[in-house]
Amino acid sequence: MPVAASAIYFLNLRGDVLINRLYRDDVGGNMVDAFRMHIMQTKELGTCPVRQIGGCSFLYMRISNVYIVIVVSSNANVACAFKFVVEAVSLFKSYFGGAFDEDAIRNNFVLIYELLDEIMDFGYPQNLSPEILKLYITQEGVRSPFSSKPSERPVPNATLQVTGAVGWRREGLVYKKNEVFLDIVESVNLLMSSKGSVLRCDVTGKILMKCFLSGMPDLKLGLNDKIGLEKESQMKSRPTKSGKTIELDDVTFHQCVNLTRFNSEKTVSFVPPDGEFELMKYRITEGVNLPFRVLPTIKELGRTRMEVNVKVKSVFGAKMFALGVVVKVPVPKQTAKTSFQVTSGRAKYNASIDSIVWKIRKFPGQTESTMSAEIELISTMGEKKSWTRPPIQMEFQVPMFTASGLRVRFLKVWEKSGYNTVEWVRYITKAGSYEIRC
Amino acid sequence: MSGHDSKYFSTTKKGEIPELKEELNSQYKDKKKDAVKKVIAAMTVGKDVSSLFTDVVNCMQTENLELKKLVYLYLINYAKSQPDLAILAVNTFVKDSQDPNPLIRALAVRTMGCIRVDKITEYLCDPLQRCLKDDDPYVRKTAAICVAKLYDINAELVEDRGFLETLKDLISDNNPMVVANAVAALAEIQDNSARPIFEITSHTLSKLLTALNECTEWGQVFILDALSRYKAADAREAENIVERVTPRLQHANCAVVLSAVKMILQQMELITSTDVVRNLCKKMAPPLVTLLSAEPEIQYVALRNINLIVQKRPTILAHEIKVFFCKYNDPIYVKMEKLEIMIMLASDRNIDQVLLEFKEYATEVDVDFVRKAVRAIGRCAIKLERAAERCISVLLELIKIKVNYVVQEAIIVIKDIFRRYPNTYESIIATLCESLDTLDEPEAKASMIWIIGEYAERIDNADELLESFLESFPEEPALVQLQLLTATVKLFLKKPTEGPQQMIQAVLNNATVETDNPDLRDRAYIYWRLLSTDPEAAKDVVLAEKPVISDDSNLLDPSLLDELLANIATLSSVYHKPPEAFVSRARTAAPRPDDEEYPDGGETAYSESPSHAADAAPAPVTAAGTSAVTHAAAKQPAPPATVPAAAPVPDLLGDLMGLDNSIVPVDQPTTPSGPPLPVLLPSSTGQGLQITAQLVRRDGQIFYNIQFENNSQIVLDGFMIQFNKNTFGLAAAGPLQVPPLQPGASARTLLPMILFQNVSTGPPSSLLQVAVKNNQQPVWYFNDKISLHAFFVEDGRMERANFLETWKNLPDANEVTKDLPNAVINSVDATIEHLTASNVFFVAKRRNASKDLLYLSTKIPRGIPFLIELTATVGIPGVKCAVKTPSPELAPLFFEAMETLLK
Repeated sequence: MPVAASAIYFLNLRGDVLINRLYRDDVGGNMVDAFRMHIMQTKELGTCPVRQIGGCSFLYMRISNVYIVIVVSSNANVACAFKFVVEAVSLFKSYFGGAFDEDAIRNNFVLIYELLDEIMDFGYPQNLSPEILKLYITQEGVRSPFSSKPSERPVPNATLQVTGAVGWRREGLVYKKNEVFLDIVESVNLLMSSKGSVLRCDVTGKILMKCFLSGMPDLKLGLNDKIGLEKESQMKSRPTKSGKTIELDDVTFHQCVNLTRFNSEKTVSFVPPDGEFELMKYRITEGVNLPFRVLPTIKELGRTRMEVNVKVKSVFGAKMFALGVVVKVPVPKQTAKTSFQVTSGRAKYNASIDSIVWKIRKFPGQTESTMSAEIELISTMGEKKSWTRPPIQMEFQVPMFTASGLRVRFLKVWEKSGYNTVEWVRYITKAGSYEIRC
Repeated sequence: MSGHDSKYFSTTKKGEIPELKEELNSQYKDKKKDAVKKVIAAMTVGKDVSSLFTDVVNCMQTENLELKKLVYLYLINYAKSQPDLAILAVNTFVKDSQDPNPLIRALAVRTMGCIRVDKITEYLCDPLQRCLKDDDPYVRKTAAICVAKLYDINAELVEDRGFLETLKDLISDNNPMVVANAVAALAEIQDNSARPIFEITSHTLSKLLTALNECTEWGQVFILDALSRYKAADAREAENIVERVTPRLQHANCAVVLSAVKMILQQMELITSTDVVRNLCKKMAPPLVTLLSAEPEIQYVALRNINLIVQKRPTILAHEIKVFFCKYNDPIYVKMEKLEIMIMLASDRNIDQVLLEFKEYATEVDVDFVRKAVRAIGRCAIKLERAAERCISVLLELIKIKVNYVVQEAIIVIKDIFRRYPNTYESIIATLCESLDTLDEPEAKASMIWIIGEYAERIDNADELLESFLESFPEEPALVQLQLLTATVKLFLKKPTEGPQQMIQAVLNNATVETDNPDLRDRAYIYWRLLSTDPEAAKDVVLAEKPVISDDSNLLDPSLLDELLANIATLSSVYHKPPEAFVSRARTAAPRPDDEEYPDGGETAYSESPSHAADAAPAPVTAAGTSAVTHAAAKQPAPPATVPAAAPVPDLLGDLMGLDNSIVPVDQPTTPSGPPLPVLLPSSTGQGLQITAQLVRRDGQIFYNIQFENNSQIVLDGFMIQFNKNTFGLAAAGPLQVPPLQPGASARTLLPMILFQNVSTGPPSSLLQVAVKNNQQPVWYFNDKISLHAFFVEDGRMERANFLETWKNLPDANEVTKDLPNAVINSVDATIEHLTASNVFFVAKRRNASKDLLYLSTKIPRGIPFLIELTATVGIPGVKCAVKTPSPELAPLFFEAMETLLK
């Protein structure tokens, strides 16, 4: 049964109810007490996101300082439930203008109740597209487009759009200048052993799109991915152009993309929602260009002293540079004194996370930088267990660089009025979980 | 951009309700609206604002949509508590359902469906009928779901008014969202009905698959989930379906992907072409891996499902093991699941890499994770013969770190490795022996002792090592005692010198005379007789070759696996349990009058029988179990698999059971009646004889309510019964009276019981071992559970003063507290009445915040009182039970009884 929820609760960290909405009669009125008693106030919190208490199951997520708890008593679709929460939160964010936390909920509780009534019926998720909902659920309820007084901008076909085949875009949009912004954002995930061999490495990328297009445009996106190119040359019966092609392990698309067409023709064609959205996500494991190499050496000198040496090399093009580079080098809990030398940037010992945090604001390509630190430890009695070293973690952003090598080849826009569009493309690579064991 | 609603929460002045009442009746619209917002805010934080019902409903007639929605929200919450006043709202609802604005029409129908008040339901039918045929798809899609709501309230009404037919028509609607909601509603109605309502024909199937392309993401989930029940006629149809579903694997919504995977896996069963299957496996892998980059909670759901998928089709992710490597910052629940899948995917090809990972994990901080990682290394060793040596060398490295729990866990898995590969790796025993002193966990100790006993001939000082454990024999947990007993016998058989001889005498003495543990005593007696009658035979039995073990500790039974795979993405697939195991209420289609008479006992019988069956089943030979016990069975002609493991060898029966109540014959028939009893001996085990029984209390007397059912082909007669020593010394007070049973016949009798006849010493246990025999079959042994509430005597009532005094006079150490998560108090009065009927008497009650505290008393024979304090919130599962009694050792049994009574 694809039911996703019998009831949904929003709680703050103390367990106070911020919002509650019952969708079905099969769970008791205040199941939230059971959640507080058996999960929140015990060590269970955080050990498993799906728990059964009595006859009910609790599915919960923490988002900033709010717990969102779904209660069900049937064999509900858990994937659907969690995805619904994720989507609902992004919907709320789009309504509140960014933040989603306890204060935002309290300040908008009427709106949230209204939305909760609209986006789920009897436990079945309905249309959650912010674009469409904003047509008729407005922040100023007084200006409802359906109040019997004729308002300035009526949207008579809102209901048709909610339920329509293109349920994510409203009709009749007009822009003076038709523009599309494409952002290719890649996260590199790396797990490297202390000896420098790559244990796991992959890139998860997403293509974010911001559309300011009039009417109902049909878009088609072309990338330098292998399958797409092969299919294209096959259809046009001409050989593939030389140049780098990328093999995508997997792609997932926003609901606007015609999946059947992608499956048969390997083209990404869609009618985009208005404004900002995530067009597609992809994953690549082969041929990843790592932007940074990290070479740590850690020497334990006796029981109270340690020497840490970390060398970071940038291996992307010399004309590019990385921004906001942070290297977190873990040190033992009983660290007493630290002293460092860095060739660039700044290092600091942060006791609350037991790490030396080394920050470099701008890191040019094809260069290297080192930090050497000396650490004095408090000698503790009977500390037989050797220190288990957590991995070194790194954060960075490299603009105009893609770790996968993915490029946008074309973006075609068709609209019956035949206007011209301006397309902007940006690339950026960020660190996902970039970990080096030491 | 954000609002400022928080101010509505801040009114906590005195006289809030009257104030709100006044504002609600204000003539100013803004003030009215603010007042309703305040009411909703108060409702959210749990204040009771039901007294404002009339005033709020009066605000319903408004043109302001926001205000209307708030009033509707209030109605959904409180209509049930004010059914008579709720009728006031009906007029507005009916009027709204004809409003020119489709949003208001839909809102009215949606809200009416949520109000479960009979009088309102009557009025819902006409508007619903209209809305199902509304011109606006938004209204139709809302009405479609509303039919499911109405079915939940009153199924008959839905059928009588022909809503089902209209709903079925909506499957052909031209709007995809209406179709999706109609499918969801029909699927749900079908789930709750025994009659075929929504049958998917190949025609509907193809229509719905087409609709799939145009639906919202959620609609796709509804349709895919409904279609996954469709059984394709042949391989060709299955291939066709799969081809049309595969594009969904590329969807960004994880629920769509998992539902598509579910459907593909279902259809793959029918597909015969290996090429197609291989191709599909290849297509499913990447989307499954992609799920692991979602939010951790979604990752968890995905991993639990991948666990099932890998068990069914190991090839799908055979090359993807790296994606399951744990990230340092993964939440613990994600790490644990990844580890499990890594073990499944480990192969000769990737084992080196996997071992490096496990070794890394074994040095992390979280103790549970570290233990699991160490155990994982052992499981890989058992699974992959060629890698065993490498696994062992990693384990040895870990032992050298000398972290206590790592060493203990390593020893546990090494024992299993020794069993799997005998005579291969014994050279490491010396290293293990070095850690002997650090062992403090029973399982690790037992494993080490097993190793010493098994390899006594190769360990020079085996006798010294064992002797060091023997000193503390009486204090050791049962697990360790059993292993010590067996190990000493092995040592004696291998080195029959003076030292071991003395040891064995000491151990046998300890294990027969000094102990109360029947398992230990039984085993000791077996050894004793074997050793004294025929030492050579003893060697054959005790030192016999052991059956090979394999690592199946986490594999599911194939039929269960298939059932779970049909439930991918649901709770069932996360719990790895079939839905009926955790969905408590069996929702029958319609509350028809004859259904309501169904006896309560039906459910008890259901819930108890599986656990008993499990108790009685022979322990499977797995790596995880304590495997040393099984050798006794190994050499003998294979015993019928049906002999309960815990039962003693028949020859010894006289020693153990034949005390003072002799076996009694049967002659008088009794009438079978009453609710079903828990099955203790299933007919599959009892060669066609099924025994169900339960201890009950009637008129101040304890009876064993026992029923025999003869499913065999022969007449059974001469039934006799015996009870083993037990904590309460329960024994039959008279003969068992059962008539000869014809094939297919059954008989039930109430056997009067007496107490304190053959009392076993030692810690109280609820175990009741029963032996039943008849003239045609061998003796049957089974275990029952003594429920303490059968002992609660009728004169357990206590006066308030007496209660207080007794409570004060008992030392604090005699107070035991426990949470009973499955107990619930739905109404204080009903609970008191119910408990009084079971001889638990009410003393006093009070309220503390939202919780109710109940004070009760009861007494068991020999005048042992129990003073009870229950703390609970009415209607919420979970009762805290504190009990003070002169016999606190009985508390665990008492809690069990209370939990049963409060279910």
